[in-house]
Amino acid sequence: MALELYLDLFSQPARSVYIFAKINNIKFDFKKITLFAGEQYGDEYGKINMMRKVPAMRDGEFYLAESIAIMMYLSEKFQTPDHWYPTDIQKRARVNEYLSWQHTAVRMHGTRVFWLRLMIPKMLGEEVPKDKMAAALEDLDGSLQLIEEKFLQDRPFIAGNDISLADLVAIVEIMQPVGSGLDVFEKRPKLSGWRNRVRAAIGPELFDEAHQIILSAQEMVKSMDGSTLQPFKPKILRLFL
Amino acid sequence: MPLELYLDLFSQPCRSVYIFAKKNNIPFDFKQTSLMLGDQHGEEFGKINMMRKVPAMRDGEFCLSESIAMMMYMVEKFKTPDHWYPADLQKRARVNEYLAWQHGEIRMHGSKMFWVNVMVPKIMGKEVPQDKRDDAVEDLNRSLKMIEEKFLQDKPFIAGDQISLADLVAIVEIVQPLAAGVDVFEGRPKLSAWKDRVRQKIGPELFDEAHKGVMGAMEVVKALDSSKLQGFKPRIQKMFF
Repeated sequence: MALELYLDLFSQPARSVYIFAKINNIKFDFKKITLFAGEQYGDEYGKINMMRKVPAMRDGEFYLAESIAIMMYLSEKFQTPDHWYPTDIQKRARVNEYLSWQHTAVRMHGTRVFWLRLMIPKMLGEEVPKDKMAAALEDLDGSLQLIEEKFLQDRPFIAGNDISLADLVAIVEIMQPVGSGLDVFEKRPKLSGWRNRVRAAIGPELFDEAHQIILSAQEMVKSMDGSTLQPFKPKILRLFL
Repeated sequence: MPLELYLDLFSQPCRSVYIFAKKNNIPFDFKQTSLMLGDQHGEEFGKINMMRKVPAMRDGEFCLSESIAMMMYMVEKFKTPDHWYPADLQKRARVNEYLAWQHGEIRMHGSKMFWVNVMVPKIMGKEVPQDKRDDAVEDLNRSLKMIEEKFLQDKPFIAGDQISLADLVAIVEIVQPLAAGVDVFEGRPKLSAWKDRVRQKIGPELFDEAHKGVMGAMEVVKALDSSKLQGFKPRIQKMFF
């Protein structure tokens, strides 16, 4: 029985797991969970991941949530090339430091900007107060600045000369606000240069394929049925506004 | 030159690092960094950690932030007993899964209670609006429920039979709302029993010593000159108003 990965490529952590498995030729069954159709709330999915989030993994009888835990599991089980999660103690610490920091920094702020710019006004028909939008953009800006000034500095990748899990987890999060039409790379040549290196290291076809859905989010929202999200409106507004 | 750990035991991640180092007899210099006094904004500390957060570590020329990265570094460097971060693939995955999940859940929601009950009334001279208070309590309850129902279930510790980094990181966060007068253990016998086991494994003297400061935090804050705390206002404004 092959590994099962429960994914929706709208989701940043689902993209990092997808890219990691594909680039390392890890065989898996792609189990699509369409978040905007509420599939994560189904009975079956509750048995896979009671937290009702993606990504999730099933390896035989072993179930696992959290993209970072999943990728660390895959890197160990399939003995992926060292650079993804280096054994060198200091390089690994740099990767761990980024992976830990990003949860409540770029991940949180990028997600919020995506919802405030696109999903809340376009799908839920709810206007976003200017001060909330400004605050969200300011927070995202702060995170991107830290990525450039602390995590990258003058290195090609976060851990040094080679791409690692840190860059993979970083890039999928940074692409999320891009999906809402915000060009985060404009006026950030260092970040832009790093993005190009990451895309080249992953492989442009795989990178573009993984990001096709999020980059067509603005188009999709035009034709999406907003009523499927209405039941979640109070929860969404509370989370992001 | 021994390890330097920059700590303020009011801070949850500082407590986990402190307990971990002491429990494993790792020699270190305790560098007191008082958050309420603004030590994190000093020039010297900025060179250790430009993100100006605690805990931070200096090992010779190598500086590191993020408690989880620091503890994983110490696990590797000092070859601590296996149970802290098991080599077994599935046990380690369970630990990683908890460590990833907790950032945006129990850590965030547990921290908030101190702001709601202590910092905001002191600094703003008024209470957090009722609806935001209710939301904060609801979020905390949801996180605690997830810990009992998904991460613990019927196991003595998160990864199984033995204490690991997951339990250590969990306990310091769960105790934080206690410092704000919220008894998270009331009506939660499973969580309470787990807490007792964790305290026993860590050692009651070390556990109590590490938590002594934060348990008196409410009194300390009440006695502070609120004009000196005005620097927290923008953050409070963003969080609650």
